Amino acid sequence: MNFKHKFVFLFPGLFVLIGILIFPIIFTIRLSLSGWNSYTPEMNFIGITNYIRLFTDDPRFWESFFRLSFLSVTTVILQYVIGFALAMMVWREIKFKRFFRVIFLIPMMTTPVIMTVIWRTFFHESLGPVNDLLGGLGVKPILWLSDPVIAKFTVIIVEVWQWTPFMFLLLLAGLLSLPREPFLAAAIDGASPFRKFVYVTFPLMAPISIGAIIIRLIEASKIMDTVFVLTSGGPGTATETSSFYIYIKGLREFQMGYAATLSFTYLVIMIISLTIIAKVLTKLMIKE
Amino acid sequence: MKTIKTCVTALISALLVFSPVAYADKWSDQFPHIKATGDIPGDCSYESMSKKNYKGKTLKINTHAVPVMGEPTALHAEQFAKLTGAKVDVTHTPAGDLYAKAMVPFQAGQAPYDIVFGFSNFINDWRRYLEPVPKKYVEMKQMKDVTPSHIGVASWDGVMYQFPVDGDRHYLKYRKDVIDNPKYQKQYKEATGKELKVPTTWKEYGEMAAYFNGWDWDGDGEKEYGSAEVMKKDDLMYAAFYSRSAAYSKNPKTPGGFFFDLETMKPLINNPGFVEALTDWVAATKYVPPGGINFGLGDEIGSFGGGQTLFSFSWDDAFVAAMQPDSPINNKVGAAQLPGATKVWNRKTNSWDEGFNQAPFFVWGWAVGVAKKSKEKEMAFDYLCFFANEANHQADIGIGRFGVNPFRNDDFKVDVWTQIGWDKDIAQSYVDTLAQMEQSKNRVFPLRVPGTFEFNAALATAAAKALAGQLSPQAALDEAAKQWEDILNRVGKDNVRKAYAVGVAMEDNKQ
Repeated sequence: MNFKHKFVFLFPGLFVLIGILIFPIIFTIRLSLSGWNSYTPEMNFIGITNYIRLFTDDPRFWESFFRLSFLSVTTVILQYVIGFALAMMVWREIKFKRFFRVIFLIPMMTTPVIMTVIWRTFFHESLGPVNDLLGGLGVKPILWLSDPVIAKFTVIIVEVWQWTPFMFLLLLAGLLSLPREPFLAAAIDGASPFRKFVYVTFPLMAPISIGAIIIRLIEASKIMDTVFVLTSGGPGTATETSSFYIYIKGLREFQMGYAATLSFTYLVIMIISLTIIAKVLTKLMIKE
Repeated sequence: MKTIKTCVTALISALLVFSPVAYADKWSDQFPHIKATGDIPGDCSYESMSKKNYKGKTLKINTHAVPVMGEPTALHAEQFAKLTGAKVDVTHTPAGDLYAKAMVPFQAGQAPYDIVFGFSNFINDWRRYLEPVPKKYVEMKQMKDVTPSHIGVASWDGVMYQFPVDGDRHYLKYRKDVIDNPKYQKQYKEATGKELKVPTTWKEYGEMAAYFNGWDWDGDGEKEYGSAEVMKKDDLMYAAFYSRSAAYSKNPKTPGGFFFDLETMKPLINNPGFVEALTDWVAATKYVPPGGINFGLGDEIGSFGGGQTLFSFSWDDAFVAAMQPDSPINNKVGAAQLPGATKVWNRKTNSWDEGFNQAPFFVWGWAVGVAKKSKEKEMAFDYLCFFANEANHQADIGIGRFGVNPFRNDDFKVDVWTQIGWDKDIAQSYVDTLAQMEQSKNRVFPLRVPGTFEFNAALATAAAKALAGQLSPQAALDEAAKQWEDILNRVGKDNVRKAYAVGVAMEDNKQ
């Protein structure tokens, strides 16, 4: 069999790759160079006009991007810390271990939109049970969704609740796959649980941790459903994220060309920033 | 013999008198929705539709989610299918996606739906893809009863593109049991030195709402609040802002535009009239229920309809919901025109004109059209005509969750409402309010220009920033005006002017 015959076998996979990955990206780039909107119903060519508008006259996109960075980094750090703690807890031989493992996974198995509707009901400032309970304890009602600062933390609470189980699952799988020998050696040396964690568990878990953090950062940077249902980006623009803003521009205001510009720019920024983050994390967490 | 003659005459008379009822019963037995009226004869009545045969044909409809407009669409689709033999597929779509769901296939030259529901202010963007309503429907008896305002809303340059199924406007709703209560009138007078009455200005509205905020004034053991308003960005809040702005900015002495100056196309939304309205609105965040700054239309309906607030203003739904038999405030509410102001901005003299001013806002409502590329246009128009026939319409307007509101002259009769259990004085205040709005010569109509969504979204974002305390009212509206200028430059001033002139002609009573 010569090289050409081998190449034929690659075609199906190549077509699929082009169809589902390359074509949408190329189409988005082409769309970003057009002025397609409700009053110009065509894929005309307007050059880099949309990109000029984005970089010179759209502070709202950049504000939403920095807000997204804050939300995603904060939620992922919290998810990592809590997920690691929970994984450590059920990694040990404790009673009802299996029960806890299942319980901790439940939030991830629920539908995000539905759960966010339920959280919104919980946090409803005049009708929700959270403020009722706090009122019973003598605490004044908290403006969970209508204070620009608190609303961000409400979004963080919901995101952490929903996605910590994912982090827990990955980290628990990592813990279960760790070799036993380093732990036995540490025990023979009389290392305390804290020293064992710092010098054995954490370093051994570093590669898995980096993978889990990056996966969650990619997911968290697309946060849309929680914001959409919980706050609609409000109050004001206090919880507006990049993906929510792109949705508004594309599907509410029907600025298809400009929304494609935002999407493509966002994609490039995310690829660059996640590559840098992965390198920094590797440098910080993995000691040669 | 005389007795027999008398009996026969009596029998014939009885048959003549009761035959319409017997005829009506024939249909109301099968379709309990119209039990109150039975079928009402007409071109699109149950009887007329039963003579059509659409067996083997399929009608595809994209409508809103259940219940608002989605429920009556599905109900009338089922009835239409039973009567004509047609297959009717109804797709339910969230309000925010109705525009795009129709617009994408429209622009791609496809017609996945024969009938598309949306808002009446989509008309300028959609009209090139919609089939004008055929003459035979425009000239039908049921259409002749539609008010001129709503014919105008459904038409563009004299051509009707949207089939009238709903009529909308913003007006004030208040708790009659509080405002008319002598105990509270005395208490309010002692506390503020002012009369407790239906507010005629936004300042009075704010004072009363602030006074009745945060205490249990209806004795149900729970706190009540001043006002429920649509303040949530991207949830029609810009409509609420226009309602609050109309009194300060729609000056009958300065025709030629409310949103823009038609001559120069300069946005007017950051003039002192709009700024005053936004300043009032920011103050209103103090007398809405906790979380009220995030209230969308559904929350507003639930809040006022559930007896949580003294005032509310927006579409009819909150009022009709409050008047439902199962509502805790059934027959305890009143309707009045939107509050006015004691001054109005004059953009020609660049100063305030002192004196009372009030301007009704004929906000957009549900609208529906038939796709130009539909292969079932006749069946589609028949369905819409059936949807809005007299019997269906009378049944629909009494059900708050349906979102079908008055748009016919017959709807402004007190009997229509007392028949469904409303107190006569409440029904009177309701129909008077609606009728006064129709008669007003200082009306505001929604913005219906290319890029409407962009203009409204820019304004909503700016107003939301002011409500959240991120920007001052003036800074927020300056930001919105700057964005409006940018949108104008992108869309083209002349394109917008041409479309805007159609709405201005209605506002200036030239159409």
